[in-house]
Amino acid sequence: MAQIVIKNLKKQFGDFTAVQESSFTIEDGEFFMLLGPSGCGKTTTLRMIAGLERPTSGEILLDGEEISQRPPSERDIAFVFQMFALYPHMNVRKNISYPLASQGMPRAQIKNKVAEVAKILGIEDILDRPVGGLSGGDRQRVALGRAIVREPKAFMMDEPLGALDAEFREHMAEELRALHDRMGATTVYVTHDQLEAMQMGDKIVVMNNAVVEQFGTPQEIYDKPATMFVADFIGSPSMNFMKFHGKVAGGESAVDMHGSRFSVPVAREPFEGDLAFGVRPEHIQISDAAAYRAEVLATEYLGTTQIVTLNTAGGEVKARVSAQQVARAGETVGLEFDPKSVTLFDRQTGRALKSELNEGVLHG
Amino acid sequence: MSSFSVNEPSKRTKWFAGTLVIGYALITMIPLVWIAITGFKSPADAIAYPPKYIIGSDSKAGFQPTLEGYVNLFTTRTRQTQEFLDANPPENWADEIVRQYDMVIVGPSKFGERFLNSVIIGFGSTFLSVFLGTLAAYAFSRFKIPLADDLLFFILSTRMMPPIAVAIPIFLMYRQLGLSDTHLGMILLYTGVNISLAVWLLKSFIDGIPTEYEEAALIDGYTRFQAFYKVVLPQAATGIASTAIFCLIFAWNEYAFAVLLTTANAQTAPPFIPTIIGVGGLDWPAIAAGVTIFLLPVMIFTILLRKHLLRGITFGAVRK
Repeated sequence: MAQIVIKNLKKQFGDFTAVQESSFTIEDGEFFMLLGPSGCGKTTTLRMIAGLERPTSGEILLDGEEISQRPPSERDIAFVFQMFALYPHMNVRKNISYPLASQGMPRAQIKNKVAEVAKILGIEDILDRPVGGLSGGDRQRVALGRAIVREPKAFMMDEPLGALDAEFREHMAEELRALHDRMGATTVYVTHDQLEAMQMGDKIVVMNNAVVEQFGTPQEIYDKPATMFVADFIGSPSMNFMKFHGKVAGGESAVDMHGSRFSVPVAREPFEGDLAFGVRPEHIQISDAAAYRAEVLATEYLGTTQIVTLNTAGGEVKARVSAQQVARAGETVGLEFDPKSVTLFDRQTGRALKSELNEGVLHG
Repeated sequence: MSSFSVNEPSKRTKWFAGTLVIGYALITMIPLVWIAITGFKSPADAIAYPPKYIIGSDSKAGFQPTLEGYVNLFTTRTRQTQEFLDANPPENWADEIVRQYDMVIVGPSKFGERFLNSVIIGFGSTFLSVFLGTLAAYAFSRFKIPLADDLLFFILSTRMMPPIAVAIPIFLMYRQLGLSDTHLGMILLYTGVNISLAVWLLKSFIDGIPTEYEEAALIDGYTRFQAFYKVVLPQAATGIASTAIFCLIFAWNEYAFAVLLTTANAQTAPPFIPTIIGVGGLDWPAIAAGVTIFLLPVMIFTILLRKHLLRGITFGAVRK
């Protein structure tokens, strides 16, 4: 089990930069998510850690040892592929025992190890079946078995649930997290699904366009986004951005937007210019008494809650309110925002302004 | 209720397709069957008109099968005086057959040797083409090679003219190098012709094998070569088998170069078979026997690999 430190890691394919100098630390035993839209460089980062791509520059430290130029076989890292990549010409047992055979482990010992892993994963009854006819879930378990059987220092998983249907994903995600908690192995997991990342991860790195946008716990990423991209990417519906031109002074705890004054977390830096008032849908209340008016455009009923789409002076916003609340399209209502959870963004750069809220979270 | 299915052809379609295929098979098989039958005829029956084609029948179209053609194919014989024949009774059944023409067997013919040459050169060049082709195709498929597309085109361009067009330069080159009429020379020549086919066929097969399999093997602690050998090769077996069949068929049947470049030592069966001339006319049964035996290895090889061949011919179209 191991700590992985990524230092200024960079990867270029010709003129194309797949990963811009990135740095983050994966602590021992962490379930670590690499999250981002497709093409953001998350898979390339994972493959560099595993040794399937050679970094252009930068360091990868595994338990303090620099490994970035070593072949994958000398890194003691296991990899679970999106399409599982089970060896099609071998049965389940051979697939799982294959990494052990490469180490020259005696046969009797291999047999015991495979039996042990099969028991953990509940696949004892399919050990002698060919992998061709297995269901998606069983393939997934065999792929996991092949990864855990040799007790590597760390696991790399490249969207391992991506090939499963929605219903089964949920179940497998739970199984995977339970397995991780049981083994306590450092795991790096690539996904483009923000829900999966929030649900399973201890920590999340959000990447976009080859750049690490933010790195932190799911709560930090959700409540204290460092950039507009992160705020937009995480959460469904995503964070609302009300556009306005204004200024904040350092130490001030309120901001003027479209003629109304709103309380915000105490600002830690002064700023004047194009701003975005970022607020999550669940931090908006509809109240007739409120001074900030908006027109209801549509409502979506979701059972216990509903999503109300409103037109404000700063653009369209979505509010998640109780299903009991009465809101009809065409009505004009008042809006209140939870002052503790507001983030102000510089619209030019997309960066969150430093405030009481996100102090200590932002970096760079 | 009439049922309609997209994947299941109707009964009428099946019947029609079946008739078509069987009819086509019969037409293409007639020459082969004729040659096989002729091998068991006597020289007189072989050129009889109207032709005789019913084995063992007494009717006008019938003939009595004999191994004369095969005996003539594998032996050399001389005519002997009656006194000699009387003094030396036939030693075996083959001897007995040639006695009816007042002849005795004096030794084996060259056919066995020529056939063995065909086997050595055909299978040798097939092995070499497939071996080199697989390695080259793997490299083209998996690694970034400078000018890869140009190299592949160059390899293909060697097929753009009939190989025989360069026969004279090759003939001169081989004479200088001492490769004329050698097994090695013929193996190299057929390998050179087949390698472009092998590289292109195998590249498309290997392209179809996901790289994740090798990456999984690399992660599992194997070297690049082990990953190639233990994971890629078994996956490419289908492609390798069908490529091998195509290469073998070319090398086995090649006639023009064999005539030009071989005379004695390394002569293959195709240029030899037409030279089997009997006494007082062409010995058709012996020639037919030679052709029949010559057809067998490719037939057996193809039948052994046929389950791979079907998927091989539709390569690229079907992916697992």
